[in-house]
Amino acid sequence: MTDHLLTIVTFLPAVGVAILSTWRTLSDDGARVVALVTTVATFVASLAVLGRFDAQVPGFQMVEQATWVKDLGLQYLVGIDGVSLWMVLLTTFLMPISVLVSWSIDRNVRRYFLSMLILEIAVVGSFVALDLLLFFVFFEAILVPMYFLIGGWGGERRVYAAVKFFLYTMAGSAFLLVGTLFLYSRAASLGAGTFDLRELTGVAGTLAPATARWLFLAFFVAFAVKVPVFPLHTWLPDAHTEAPTAGSVLLAGVLLKVGAYGLIRFNLALFPEASRYFATFVAILAVIGIIYGAVVALIQTDIKRLVAYSSVSHLGFVVLGIFAFTDQAATGAVLQMVNHGLSTGALFLLVGMVYERTHTRDLGRMGGLAAIMPWLTGAFLFAVLASVGLPGLNNFVGEFLVIAGSFLVSPWFGSLAAVAVVLAAIYLLWSYQRMAYGPVRDEDHRHLPDVSLREAVVLAPVLALLLVFGVYPKILTDRIDPTTAAVVQHVAPADRETDLGQAAIALPVQPGDEEGST
Amino acid sequence: MIRTPEIDLVPILPELVLCATAIVGLLYEAFARPSDRRVHVLVASIGLAGTAAVSVLLWNHEGTDTVLQGMVSVDRFSVLARVLLVAIAAFALVYGTHYFARSGDEARGEFYPLLLFATAGMTLITAANDLIVTFLALEILSLSLYVLTGITGRRGSSEAAMKYFLLGAFSSAFFLYGVAMAYGATGTTKIRGIANALTGTTGDLAIVLLAFAFLAVAFAFKVSSVPFHMWTPDVYQGAPTPVTAYMSAATKVAAFMALIRVLDVAFQPITWDWTPVVWVLAAASMIVGSVLAIAQSDVKRMLAYSSIAHAGFILTGLTAADQTGIRAALFYLIAYSIMTLGAFGIVMLVSARGEEQTSFASYAGLARRSPLLAGLMTLFLLSLAGIPPTVGFIAKAGVFGAAIGAGYWPLALIGVASSVVAAFFYLRLIVLMYMQEPQGEHDRDPSLMPRVAIAIPAFLTLALGIFPGLLSDILREASVLRW
Repeated sequence: MTDHLLTIVTFLPAVGVAILSTWRTLSDDGARVVALVTTVATFVASLAVLGRFDAQVPGFQMVEQATWVKDLGLQYLVGIDGVSLWMVLLTTFLMPISVLVSWSIDRNVRRYFLSMLILEIAVVGSFVALDLLLFFVFFEAILVPMYFLIGGWGGERRVYAAVKFFLYTMAGSAFLLVGTLFLYSRAASLGAGTFDLRELTGVAGTLAPATARWLFLAFFVAFAVKVPVFPLHTWLPDAHTEAPTAGSVLLAGVLLKVGAYGLIRFNLALFPEASRYFATFVAILAVIGIIYGAVVALIQTDIKRLVAYSSVSHLGFVVLGIFAFTDQAATGAVLQMVNHGLSTGALFLLVGMVYERTHTRDLGRMGGLAAIMPWLTGAFLFAVLASVGLPGLNNFVGEFLVIAGSFLVSPWFGSLAAVAVVLAAIYLLWSYQRMAYGPVRDEDHRHLPDVSLREAVVLAPVLALLLVFGVYPKILTDRIDPTTAAVVQHVAPADRETDLGQAAIALPVQPGDEEGST
Repeated sequence: MIRTPEIDLVPILPELVLCATAIVGLLYEAFARPSDRRVHVLVASIGLAGTAAVSVLLWNHEGTDTVLQGMVSVDRFSVLARVLLVAIAAFALVYGTHYFARSGDEARGEFYPLLLFATAGMTLITAANDLIVTFLALEILSLSLYVLTGITGRRGSSEAAMKYFLLGAFSSAFFLYGVAMAYGATGTTKIRGIANALTGTTGDLAIVLLAFAFLAVAFAFKVSSVPFHMWTPDVYQGAPTPVTAYMSAATKVAAFMALIRVLDVAFQPITWDWTPVVWVLAAASMIVGSVLAIAQSDVKRMLAYSSIAHAGFILTGLTAADQTGIRAALFYLIAYSIMTLGAFGIVMLVSARGEEQTSFASYAGLARRSPLLAGLMTLFLLSLAGIPPTVGFIAKAGVFGAAIGAGYWPLALIGVASSVVAAFFYLRLIVLMYMQEPQGEHDRDPSLMPRVAIAIPAFLTLALGIFPGLLSDILREASVLRW
């Protein structure tokens, strides 16, 4: 039983899917309860994964391997390391929260929660898959439920946003598919065709540098759309803004991380040389994204759009950290992935709660809400401060590590990224000020209720984690560090003379003349 | 002493059974006034079931590679084709019966024998090992399809039949020209003979290439590949929906499998000369089919353009020109048949009576009116778009993988790019079904039988999408051609 823990975590929501899709007379409340119970159970199961995870073991743990299609070398291959561990937990943690916050959905309830549970399977599946085609299956399968969530229960321009989201991501992943199949055919020409990431790492080492670089770009585009990396981000503001609250939480909290995770897991692992080759280019895009996202967020009057653009900025930090190839920056990037999921998730939850009351997302029509709803605005302030990067709250650690780590590589990138932290303080605190303080703009707002019990249950765990991970990030870093160190070592072995094992893969084919070109 | 040629009819028993039952049906239709539909259904069912049984038994048939003086191949490739085609015909039978019963039109008894004749032509063409037999089979299936297209006698239907007939006659002429050229160049019309004659030739290939070009035009017409696709949208739209479903799935299977035999056996020695042609046809079909589908506002027309694009995907697999390519193409044909039968089945149910409601507008809010149909249609559309975990994804990955393995990665790039374009118009329909309100009055078609039938492709779409390995043994055996 315990040997299949990852499979259980991944496919536990399928139980809920089966119930919701076959029990046609289920009441709305029944559907909500089924979704909640399923997601909570999945979260509990994922805690067991955390419990069994051994930070000292290098490489992948709890690996499960089974033949899927023998002829084609397809495998069901899942496993977890220090990066994917937290991504899985982040997903399973945000899921019950998203279900709870969706309690007020009253149209097509069964179908709504069905989409959510399918989404959970797909997302968790992409985080644990170690077979490239299996990963692609999950990665692509994310699109459908998310498309329905945005298009079915979103805001006014939901259809536009949903289609845009779908096509953008699918266009990106088209390149991923070609790249994956290319690697497969390479493996087949060398012996046995396989999609096993661990074997393909060696296979990719036999490619000519130019080929590897093209493949790097193919993979990069797929993940860059998802992250999103400037200038491929334009789907994001629409999708985040039009999605229902839970959709925005999951988009920002989890889906964007699939992109960043893909960069670490596949781009860096498969194409270390090409990663170094393109590192400066990617870092420039990341810094542009950091600054651009922040500047555009400054001028937003729609609070949800503002948070959406802040995601572009924050994810820029993640990408910068990944492509700095230093231990601090890499750990910081993964920390930032977790923390951004929590803090932006919290912001979207709160924006949703404010919208449910005021029926507007326009900052110009809000004001003085602090006096009317002290608890709600208090929680908002807490999330804003976390997102800004106040020391003692979660985002600070990750951003600090990324800036420090990339400063080592290039003072320019480090300094420019630091500017964005200031901008974040401006746009987030300013928006909070416009919303919470000043005169009450709309008399109807005077009688708005404060946080309900259900909302308190939704918010409390998220806000608590903002504090916990801010004060004691060691919980995270203890498990992340070994993995990110190994990744950095794999990509930039020039920095450490000691590691001969990793270099041996690349040596016979590609003498290290390119090394350290970044 | 006169030696009588040895005649082994066992390997063509499926065709004989089909033709025999078709003739029984014809005679019944001619002499029974008025004819009873139930008798027709019974006769056709017996014919299809018998054919399926005989075909399955042929899987383990021991004997020569060919029969009837090398006219017909005996291999598992053709057995797979027969089983698949009979299954498609069975769906057409269910759909057609329902369709004509619903339209209150009792006098359509010819439908059943024609369906069997068309199927006989299709199964024969996949086994044909002589271009003359290929031509005969091509004519049998084409003539049956022309009549089937016009069978309702409605204006659109007759117009489509006429168009199909005229253009089809052209393509048949091209085919005959090709056969004549091939005979002129090699002195034989036998597929094996052509291959033998071409092996090791270094001389002037002009006439052979001309022969190939003419044959390619004819096949491109039948599989509706760009630039010979012009008939497809009009015929698909005009034909009664059950016929469209049958035509889109079965014709593709039959024509592609015959094409595989011609390319990978007859012209195998000049592979390097024909792959660029297939490459271009594939690229053009994928691009043009996907792009033109965007502009459509009728579901049947959209599916017609999508079938053009899918022809391009299958051709992509054929560029590999090896076992992997054949296997990928066969898998794609199976997958495409499943998806397209499902999708057209739903089109038939939605356009509750006749062909009145096939416009996009009649799909608005379908999820509200009929959640089951909308859900299944979504499944088929996502599969056609190649989204995992459906069979359409595995099929696409297979053909792209085969093309990349053969070094044609730019073609795979074109393929994935057109898949994205294609996703756009599939999504449009999903948007209509789920995200818009119903407009106007709609008859509901509550009948059970077609719904049960559609459940089978729906199940297979997911089952083969998640466990594609179920087919790998069969495909490995079937991808070996004998001649």
